[in-house]
Amino acid sequence: MPVMSYREALTDAYRLAMRKDPRVCILGEDVAGGAGASGQRNIGGIFGPWPDFLPEFGEQRMIDTPISESAIVGTAVGAALCGLRPVAEIMFSDFLGLCLDQIWNQAAKFRYMFGGQTHCPVVIRVNTGAGMSAGSQHSQTGYGMMTNIPGLKVVVPASAADVKGLVMTAIDDPDPVIIFDHKALFTDKGEVPEGEFYLPFGEAELVREGDDCTIVAISRMVKFSQKAADALEKDGITVDLVNPRTLSPLDEETILESVEHTGRLVVVDESNPRCSAATDIAALVASKGFASLKAPIELVTAPHTPPPFAPNLERAYLPGPKDIEAAVRRTLKGRTT
Amino acid sequence: MSQPLSAEQLLGAWRRMVTIREFEERLHREMPKGMIPGFTHLYSGQEAVAVGVCDTLELDDVIVSTHRGHGHCLAKGCEVKPMMQEIYGRAGGLCGGKGGSMHIADFSKGMLGANGIVGGGPPLATGAALAFRNLGNRRVSVSFGGDGSSNQGTVLEAMNMAVVLKVPTLFVYENNGYSENTAAEYAIGAKDLAERCAAFGMPAETGDGTDFFDVYERTQRAVERARNGEGPSSLVFTCTRFFGHFEGDPQKYRAADEVETFRQTMDCLRKFRERVTAEGWLEESALQQVHEEVLALIEEAVEEAMAAPLPDLSTLTTDVYTSY
Repeated sequence: MPVMSYREALTDAYRLAMRKDPRVCILGEDVAGGAGASGQRNIGGIFGPWPDFLPEFGEQRMIDTPISESAIVGTAVGAALCGLRPVAEIMFSDFLGLCLDQIWNQAAKFRYMFGGQTHCPVVIRVNTGAGMSAGSQHSQTGYGMMTNIPGLKVVVPASAADVKGLVMTAIDDPDPVIIFDHKALFTDKGEVPEGEFYLPFGEAELVREGDDCTIVAISRMVKFSQKAADALEKDGITVDLVNPRTLSPLDEETILESVEHTGRLVVVDESNPRCSAATDIAALVASKGFASLKAPIELVTAPHTPPPFAPNLERAYLPGPKDIEAAVRRTLKGRTT
Repeated sequence: MSQPLSAEQLLGAWRRMVTIREFEERLHREMPKGMIPGFTHLYSGQEAVAVGVCDTLELDDVIVSTHRGHGHCLAKGCEVKPMMQEIYGRAGGLCGGKGGSMHIADFSKGMLGANGIVGGGPPLATGAALAFRNLGNRRVSVSFGGDGSSNQGTVLEAMNMAVVLKVPTLFVYENNGYSENTAAEYAIGAKDLAERCAAFGMPAETGDGTDFFDVYERTQRAVERARNGEGPSSLVFTCTRFFGHFEGDPQKYRAADEVETFRQTMDCLRKFRERVTAEGWLEESALQQVHEEVLALIEEAVEEAMAAPLPDLSTLTTDVYTSY
């Protein structure tokens, strides 16, 4: 199986989707890049996921837009209602604040509010997450807020293979989907199946299997949890590591089955802790899997602060492998079974 | 002046305008009885805009409407009875009772939805037009908005986006003088709204929203430009609303005799009727007959809506997703 980076997997997925379906188009700020400028055209996007898309697909399908997040999402949503399969790119997930109405009150509600007479096959892709000293307005996640919205599907790819399979599924999906691609994972490599490859929504990945504790980790935190699990294994502690892949729908069954097996749960999310994906997963297990629990649920998250700028502060803000390892050990403290 | 439309087209326009007027006047009388849930915003007084614009469109052209959307729905071809049922929250409503007055839609008629968010619609119409451009057909989209919506960032973004992408869409502003309780004169910094629209780089003009013929002719030119690939236009139509912002609005912000004066001087139905009979394009008796048919239809629609079944509780959780 070929090995490629998270970014290359993104490129591969969108290129295949666009070749397969002429209705797919991508619109956003600098998605092709250089429109109307004096220098080079076809920059290929800010994080470089669209190299040479402009020459292959043309300006009608690689649409450079003004900096107008509401209009970018709204235009994509309107186009989705009238026969296209648009992908709206919002450069940083922090900018979702600028276009929330078009997601929350428009795209996500149309099917329900209009009595099932339509559907809205739009994909919104955003770059997300901390770890680049990008400061408080370019480092947040936002998938917790999005998961709160009925009618919207929320995708959090943790690996190159995830990106490819989930993007291809998202573009084929009849409902509005938002994909959070973690910008600190772009150069991470992994095995990715060749050709068309689809990962179903609502099916978690059991990244590794163990007996002592369940770790549910979101996006980049899967990678950090792997490191924690490697360290724990040296002490004979083994864990189930669950990568939900999608937060809406959420694979409740895999999480509950794992906790039933291990009796312990650590949820790892780099987002702020209140009303978050982490609290949602903790609540799921507390309400439906309480009888399985042998120890209190541990949450490993950022503190309830904005992401800071200074690298040392940001490192302290982000959960790391050692925080995850310590949380697992806390669930095992004084264990008798 | 030569007759601009056939007698059949004129009588159709009259039927649609009278339907909107009588639909809204009837709702105004029904609302205090307590059978209609929620918020309702009536369109009486603005009929010439909805019908003048929509009569230039084809069935597969699309419109995006506002919270004051009943007129746009009826003008684009939504049927009276399922609309009435939707407003009464009944199972037979256009949206199965899940939308209500502010969210009526009928995609089979190119009516992509009334919208409870002021300024929510124009980005969607821009997107619809992008789809038409990319699919290579000659369809157009229209977004309706009030003077109030013209100050929303979403609308300003959509206008610029439409010009940049050169898509076939029309921004129709109905300046009825009020953003809720606040005068347009106060809330719009640029006194000439059309000038502001033109500054985005598109043709923009102001017309008389109480004159069906003025609305029709200006819109027809803008639609033609859009179909020919010449990009978007803005049209500002001056008009008035005969009722409050919402049903129950005491309208203390309007002078005591304002509405009564406007009913005498700015009634688009009266103007239409006087014009078509004076020109000899339609007989008074034909207009009257249509009016009576409309009244009978609305009477039936209200009676049926009040007797219609409520949505089944099982529909509470259906149609959130296509699949989940």
